[in-house]
Amino acid sequence: MVTLRLTGCWKSSCSIPELDHILQQIPDDTPALRITCDRSLVWDSILAVFLNRLLTYCRNKSIATNLSDLPSGVRTLLALAQKSSNRPPKATGRPGFVYRLGTLTINIFTQGKELVNFTGEIVLSLMLLVRGKTYFRFRDFFYFLQNCGADALPIVSLISILVGVILAFVGAVQLRMFGAQIYVANLVALSMVLEMGAMMSAVIMAGRTGASFAAQLGTMQVNEEIDALRTLGISPVSYLVLPRMLALICMMPLLCIYADLLGIAGGAIIGTGMLDFSFYEYIMQTKSAIHLDQISQGLIKSAVYGVLISFSGCYQGMNSGRSASAVGEATTSAVVLSIVLIVVSDAIMTVIFSL
Amino acid sequence: MSAQKVLSVIDVSSAYGDFVLLEHITFTIKRGDIFIIMGGSGCGKSTMLRHLIGLKRPYKGRVLYGDKDFWAGDEEDRQQIMRRAGVLYQSGALWSSMTLTENVALPLQRYTDLRPAAINELVEFKLSLVGLDGFGDFYPAELSGGMRKRAALARAIALDPEFLFFDEPSAGLDPVSSRRLDELILELRDSLGATVIIVTHELASIYSIATNAVFLDREAKTMLATGNPKTMVRESTNPVVRDFLTRGTGKPPEWMYE
Repeated sequence: MVTLRLTGCWKSSCSIPELDHILQQIPDDTPALRITCDRSLVWDSILAVFLNRLLTYCRNKSIATNLSDLPSGVRTLLALAQKSSNRPPKATGRPGFVYRLGTLTINIFTQGKELVNFTGEIVLSLMLLVRGKTYFRFRDFFYFLQNCGADALPIVSLISILVGVILAFVGAVQLRMFGAQIYVANLVALSMVLEMGAMMSAVIMAGRTGASFAAQLGTMQVNEEIDALRTLGISPVSYLVLPRMLALICMMPLLCIYADLLGIAGGAIIGTGMLDFSFYEYIMQTKSAIHLDQISQGLIKSAVYGVLISFSGCYQGMNSGRSASAVGEATTSAVVLSIVLIVVSDAIMTVIFSL
Repeated sequence: MSAQKVLSVIDVSSAYGDFVLLEHITFTIKRGDIFIIMGGSGCGKSTMLRHLIGLKRPYKGRVLYGDKDFWAGDEEDRQQIMRRAGVLYQSGALWSSMTLTENVALPLQRYTDLRPAAINELVEFKLSLVGLDGFGDFYPAELSGGMRKRAALARAIALDPEFLFFDEPSAGLDPVSSRRLDELILELRDSLGATVIIVTHELASIYSIATNAVFLDREAKTMLATGNPKTMVRESTNPVVRDFLTRGTGKPPEWMYE
């Protein structure tokens, strides 16, 4: 029989002795261990943790223990801790290379399938919408028109004017060497109309609207709002996704024209302010530089970007997991995916248009 | 020791903007009490709790922890007091990007100087107290509602709190899990020597564990009764309180005498 007497402070704020040190002093052939304390003992869970480990050790060595002299609080805690012990199987350790490769491949395939499914669902609901057989909220649609159109004007204005100014500035420095400053107007107008107007408004909308679509739908997924729609027999795609997509697709070309115009205005600021052209001269040069088919190229691009941005925003939102961090991930990947798609599709379309 | 007042609410009123929710609320909680804040939906139970745990400043009145005025000090003073309290939120409020171990460890990392190994051991112990040992590597999303609630309880008791606050602990639990949680609350109170404050309208819990209670009402915008619910149901003459405590039948349920 060995007696272990606990005294003094056994709180997490005090230093408590190492368990191993105590275990060494218990002879292996001890039949029983009695744990007592005196009145100076003050304790918190640290003591319970310590005793829990000691008891486990004693059980493994089949040493009987007697705790009856300890405060009843400690005994209740220990009893509670010993009561439960049904460990669930949780695979630990890193799985092998083949396993990870296989999981990755399967994931890619399932994701591809989901993507195709989602696209198909959109096309089907669009067809139902055209035939007037689906539940479509026009109030939502108009709200999103406002949200992706008018509400985005301030930020689009700022960015487009500055892009026009930057283009004109860079161009002016180079063209001055050839005495061809007037071609600054051509440079600004063409690059705004063909590329930058559509591109810059698309990048802004990806960050602004695509992200908000993903966050809205992701949060609805967390709150089971999407399940609630499904059980009502309302397709979440036609009820939630279509108004968002259609609104953005309608608004992107308009934003693009607006961005073109303000970009040219930004160029005009540099042209008239720094290069001493008259405003009339600059505008006439701009007019002669661009043609309708170039403008429509930009508009087609921007409509395509609208599809891509709203698609990736809605897709990521609808497939979001059900936690705060999953919604965050969905939002991030919506923005990343839309920007990647914008640039890739831009390259493809530029090649197609120049054939 | 038995009659020591640890938390008193003195003439507290709460309001959202111009809308007054509750007025003239006064009650005291003694050490070791299981104190229930009850009332129908929308009566301001949860708002009352928010006054007690420092999330919403009462419109008027004082909340005293011991003899310290909780809302008179600044944010730092309130934090000093809340360090001695643990809160179990209605839906658990576990941080979803962290595993259970990390969830329970955060209060310990914030407020103690323990070494990481000691923290891990303590966390594992707290999880075993609520019957979740071995679940440390799980994320909250991988658990059932009842397990999530118990994990949140493990986080609430991480610092051996003197005060344990519960917001609707049995909401969303089946009757058996709900009773087990009640028992767990009792056992933890006994072993940690904590004072427990519960917001609930679950009659089963109210009768089986409460030692004291306050009844809030939305219509009257104030409290209608205080005391032990078992006495309250027999002696209260207020029809609203009687209706609530007897589920509208006028007779106390038989099982409350168990």
